[in-house]
Amino acid sequence: MAELTKEEVKHVAHLARLAITEEEAEKFALQLGAITEFAEQLKELDTTNVEPTTHVLPLVNVLREDVATKGLDRDKMMLNVKEQEAGQVKVPSIMD
Amino acid sequence: MTLFNRSAKELQALVHNKEVSIVDLTNEAFDRVEKLDGEVEAFLALNKDKALETAKELEKVPFEERGPLFGLPIGVKDNIVTEGLETTCASKILQGFNPIYDATVVKKLREAGMITIGKLNMDEFAMGSSNENSAYKTTKNPWSLDRVPGGSSGASAAAVAAGEVPFSLGSDTGGSIRQPASYCGVVGMKPTYGRVSRYGLVAFASSLDQIGPITRTVEDNALLLEAISGVDANDSTSADVEVPNFAAALTGDIKGLRIAVPKEYLGEGVSEAVRQSIMDALKVFEAQGATWEEVSLPHSKYALATYYILSSSEASSNLSRFDGIRYGFRAENVENLLDLYKETRAQGFGDEVKRRIMLGTYSLSAGTYDAYYKKAQQVRTLIKQDFDKVLADYDVIVGPTAPTPAFKIGENVEDPLTMYANDILTIPTNLAGVPAISIPCGFEDGLPLGLQITGNYFDESTIYRVAHAYEQSTDFHKQTPQIWEGK
Repeated sequence: MAELTKEEVKHVAHLARLAITEEEAEKFALQLGAITEFAEQLKELDTTNVEPTTHVLPLVNVLREDVATKGLDRDKMMLNVKEQEAGQVKVPSIMD
Repeated sequence: MTLFNRSAKELQALVHNKEVSIVDLTNEAFDRVEKLDGEVEAFLALNKDKALETAKELEKVPFEERGPLFGLPIGVKDNIVTEGLETTCASKILQGFNPIYDATVVKKLREAGMITIGKLNMDEFAMGSSNENSAYKTTKNPWSLDRVPGGSSGASAAAVAAGEVPFSLGSDTGGSIRQPASYCGVVGMKPTYGRVSRYGLVAFASSLDQIGPITRTVEDNALLLEAISGVDANDSTSADVEVPNFAAALTGDIKGLRIAVPKEYLGEGVSEAVRQSIMDALKVFEAQGATWEEVSLPHSKYALATYYILSSSEASSNLSRFDGIRYGFRAENVENLLDLYKETRAQGFGDEVKRRIMLGTYSLSAGTYDAYYKKAQQVRTLIKQDFDKVLADYDVIVGPTAPTPAFKIGENVEDPLTMYANDILTIPTNLAGVPAISIPCGFEDGLPLGLQITGNYFDESTIYRVAHAYEQSTDFHKQTPQIWEGK
């Protein structure tokens, strides 16, 4: 599994929403292959019955009172939006 | 010689005795930037007008209402959002982005009366160990301009080392505060995960990221950490624990302290000068009444692979928000929404960021999830248990911060794996979540070396006490790079 094919890299790039050229796919296949090969060393370890760690602190369900508070100002939120119309964010066509 | 050759305490004394004003201190920072940044290239954006305006306002506050950092200048890493001051994460994808709120730490700096001078360069999205991954400029190491300052908070360390600002904030996901602090001969602390709010820190790997202070002395570092720490309703992973007066821990007394020295931290790849600097440091600690023993953190060798899988997986999710729709760069001449995403991200991200997004996406994919992502999470448990075991018997863990001093610009850019190896001694700490500091402990060929002191969860006080005791008996922290001469 360590080696990545060009096709696999193109598939991953698609999943990650990255446009990729043939040359890039070739380069990344080599580099990512080297990294995943390096990562294969984890297989040496027996992790049967070892709980995965997602988070180091013993925190569970941090909740707040269910009281509405003011969010960010709408006009401010639109300040960095490149294309907008009537206070709404504009995107290119979604369907063909 | 600059005013910034002084500690916070000394600067406050100057202000108190009316020898300098807060406006003078602010101007000094911009003068230093003017004189030195052409060579060091640390700053991406300057906050001059607003900073001077703030300085004038702060002059009016009575002395008795001022804290220890009041009126002092600081630089902020460019992945920490600052309202109205461009924040790019050194990425093209955020070019021109003007945040609409301040990060919690920035708000806290303001409350402490500190003055933000500008935004500091970094590796794009904090992914890198040399600052060479910035889309804008390559920051230089002030000790030798043909060398890297380290990364990813390379410019945060370089700006302090060059005396452009006496304080800066960095962020540390796998060593990004400590490794550049080591390379640049300054003090850098990665606090316990959860000690400092991450609200407004542009997320790279949320379970590992932590903001921390970079300074020239341990005492200044302790003061700045106290100012930025604390639970925050806007960050549910910030810890609701008491924030101690860290500076009060600096007693100089480490009698009876138990030090652990992991044999894995002095093994293969560690330079002879680095090894010697650690042995010398242990003699200093012994002379002060501490004892040390060799221990083992047996899973250390797996930390690098574990880290790259976990941090990249988290990054692939976190960085999905950069899509060209709501902020930052947006690709032109696209057909539809999918193309807009793909082209914006392809044109906006640099190669290292793309590599890590793809590695993360791959690790999280059906078919590889168990073998990569879940496996790495399990190994993370084993690494954390190594630390728990050692820290049950010892007060601190001591070793080098980096295996070698700063390398030459361009030396490691072709091979990602060699570049990653620079973080081999700092990464385990992030996986475990414990705090660790890097302080200057020697030189190799005129380049600074760093001593790493790791402590137990939320026990930054002991780390500071040990670091301060060491600093009192050595003078490495008093040395300044040649670039200071005549400037």
